[in-house]
Amino acid sequence: MSLLAVEDLSLSFGGLRVLSEVSLEAAQGQILAIIGPNGAGKTSILNCIGGFYRPQHGRILFEGRDITRLSPDRRAALGLARTFQNIALYRGMTVLDNIKLGAHAHLRTGLLGGLMYWGPAQREEMALRQEVEEEIIDFLEIESIRKLPVAALAYGLQKRVELARALAMRPRVLLMDEPVAGMNAEETEDMARFILDIKEERGLTVVLIEHDMNVIMDISDYVVVVNFGQKIAEGAPDQVQAHPEVIKAYLGQKRAGA
Amino acid sequence: MSFFLELVANGVAVGGVYALIALGFVLIYKATSIINFATGEFMMIGAYFFYTFMVLLGLPAVPAFILVMACSALLGLVVERAILRHMLGQPTISIIMVTIGLSSILLGLAELIWTSDFKSFPPLFPRAPVIIGEVVIRSNFFWGFIIAMAAVAAFALLFKYAKVGVAMRATADDQMAAFSMGINVRSMFTVAWAMGAIAAALGGLIIGNIGGIQPNLGHLGLTIFPVVILGGLDSIAGAVVGGFIVGIVENLAGGYLHDYVRGDVKELAPFVVLVLILLIKPYGLFGKQEIERL
Amino acid sequence: MRIGDYKVSYAADEAVFRSGTVRFWLGALFVGLAVFPFLAGDYLLYMANLTGIAIVAAVGLNILTGAAGQISLGHAAFVGIGAYTAALLITRLGLPFLLCLPLAGLSAAFFGVIVGAPSMRMKGLYLCIATLAAQVIFEYVFKNWDGLTGGIRGINVPPPSILGFSLNNEFRFYFVTAPVVIIVVTAARNLFRTRVGRAFIAIRDRDFSAELMGISLFRYKLYAFALSSFLAGVAGCLWVNFIKIVTPEHFPLHESIRYLAMIIVGGLGSVLGSIFGAIFMTIVPEVLKSALNLVSAVSPKAMAFLSPLQTVVFGLLIVVFLVFEPHGLAEMWRRVKNYFRLWPFEH
Repeated sequence: MSLLAVEDLSLSFGGLRVLSEVSLEAAQGQILAIIGPNGAGKTSILNCIGGFYRPQHGRILFEGRDITRLSPDRRAALGLARTFQNIALYRGMTVLDNIKLGAHAHLRTGLLGGLMYWGPAQREEMALRQEVEEEIIDFLEIESIRKLPVAALAYGLQKRVELARALAMRPRVLLMDEPVAGMNAEETEDMARFILDIKEERGLTVVLIEHDMNVIMDISDYVVVVNFGQKIAEGAPDQVQAHPEVIKAYLGQKRAGA
Repeated sequence: MSFFLELVANGVAVGGVYALIALGFVLIYKATSIINFATGEFMMIGAYFFYTFMVLLGLPAVPAFILVMACSALLGLVVERAILRHMLGQPTISIIMVTIGLSSILLGLAELIWTSDFKSFPPLFPRAPVIIGEVVIRSNFFWGFIIAMAAVAAFALLFKYAKVGVAMRATADDQMAAFSMGINVRSMFTVAWAMGAIAAALGGLIIGNIGGIQPNLGHLGLTIFPVVILGGLDSIAGAVVGGFIVGIVENLAGGYLHDYVRGDVKELAPFVVLVLILLIKPYGLFGKQEIERL
Repeated sequence: MRIGDYKVSYAADEAVFRSGTVRFWLGALFVGLAVFPFLAGDYLLYMANLTGIAIVAAVGLNILTGAAGQISLGHAAFVGIGAYTAALLITRLGLPFLLCLPLAGLSAAFFGVIVGAPSMRMKGLYLCIATLAAQVIFEYVFKNWDGLTGGIRGINVPPPSILGFSLNNEFRFYFVTAPVVIIVVTAARNLFRTRVGRAFIAIRDRDFSAELMGISLFRYKLYAFALSSFLAGVAGCLWVNFIKIVTPEHFPLHESIRYLAMIIVGGLGSVLGSIFGAIFMTIVPEVLKSALNLVSAVSPKAMAFLSPLQTVVFGLLIVVFLVFEPHGLAEMWRRVKNYFRLWPFEH
């Protein structure tokens, strides 16, 4: 059974149709890539899965459970984590606090406990710090920047901190919107390695949007192609690469005789 | 019935002036996305300018009127260049607070320059009230309304047809696009502030002519918030409609509820209406919710 | 002098008092606060009490506006609700002062939630105007509900007492104000070590992505409103028991703006900033007064300029800080501290 399934998703804003009847499935421990030209509706799919957009039609199933009507914060608590195309870190906080924030849904401290910071609240913060350090900061190799404000970081590092924050959400499914966009070759390689490690060591399911075809070919298990809000092809990476519709969508239709 | 008509007529007259003052707010918001909490103080300063030229310097009304517009434009220009230009891209709270700070500076300066004593203009219009059918309107209200409507119409035409107006609308629509079309966005900001200051100052002049002037005249500027929430922050037509509604609501509440409710219902009523509207439509009556992207 | 930062456990790094130096200065501060009332005269003690009360209210507003990013132009109204609640509980029910402190806070928090809940859907300017409307409406109620609030004459309260010990002067009242301030400041600092404080800042910085991080916007905005107005209410209770009268004139829109000015001058989102801001905005008008007093020896009319001059300076401070030091006094303090941290070996 698939861990995450999107069925017949349709979304429009006013008269503008963004998605029509898109379906896709991601199995446990799979890396699913969504590709397509700019404006094809890729990010809208992630936004629907995360709950930021409400589709007019269609269902989203997580572990067989219908989550289409669930609020974004409840979905996050279930284990849907997200990174963003245009980095969405909290600029007023340090790297460490940004990562800790990811664990929000799994913590129990309430308003009163927080004000007193005594006993359980304090223990919870200590345990969280240890978890974040050992499970995430070590893994992503960002020890040296943990106390810096995120605004001071280079672009590539900010992307890495976003991944760290998503991991702190203890996700089952990681939704990544262009994780290597704007990165140099070395940074791209690091990020691809991290994504593979996440899948292999932690058994996470990853749904990612990417334009970098080398990365797609290297790490993804399955590829879905969308154009004009519709799914036009899907399959293993090498199959998809050779698919005529995909070539057409990416390179434009060849005119007869041209 | 004639009591009702009289309240409505006076409401319309005052509403026209509110519309003009709200226009001073809208012009600035439309072009620069800045919420000007000092609109009331611009209004108050405008009234004092008129007082200075007419009473202190003894100029005739028409040149004084023109000088008020020139000085207010200059004030708007200076404020934009000296303060607001540094606030581009700052969070909403900072921008709101900087204009609140500005209003405090203007209020204090007015007290320093003109003292806090009550001042009034010499009579500008014939004293006899204007009578339309059964309805009697005080002459200052009537002529104030005429001037306010003329000014609103002038601004609307300017915004719609003049080159500078078109450029301002383009800037309001999309700053980056306007910039790439060769519009000097920064000078548009300055123009918007100058025009906003003129509109507010004219409103202040009319209000001052009706009830005299004092530095705290600017408090009246708070009434524009119900007006712009009703009419939409960036709509000139909305400012006019909102102004009329608030003027009428205020007068009806003052006229009919006065005996049943304690205190100044007239000032309270627009805010009650405002709350009701925000409860139903959190983005204002004509405001639109933008599609957010991630 | 303090060089480097060596810690062997995460617990040590997360500790409330991070190093011996911090403990030392904090100790010194407490000793100073304890000794102060025995050295200061009535006037200084009066100012200290007012400042302390302002700190409590400013910390509240800074949680809502500075940290959670929800602009409020109605904070003074909530201080007023706390003050009226305390005055009514004392004069009508004869409740003891100490019990009134939390009750006044709860009453203000209740109204804070009533204003806050429908405001959940509003942002930026719209929220700002909604809270402005709340300020206007509450002010109207204070002024006109004679039966409850005493109208413009207000309510007089007797000097408070704790277990029969009367707090009838500035000196004695100081021993209530100071501990309340310390408790409030500590609690606020604590909050920002936990998920609640982080959630507030996340909502301010990017509210939509905060929701995707598992934060319920509704719940945490409501928390921010409740907590902020609770502290306003506590400040109001202290205030009415210190001044011993409450009238509508004490909580106008301008007072709400003054609290906003405090957190801007002090530093948005910083607990320390609220303290600096409250102190600064209380002291500056007094300094102006003294300066004009000196001038009036030469030209007797100078005092007439006091009020307008204070108005101008008040506005100038807001504008100058926003333009030149948007992170306020707290940021200036941090820079000074960093300079001295490695001093004299900064290179």
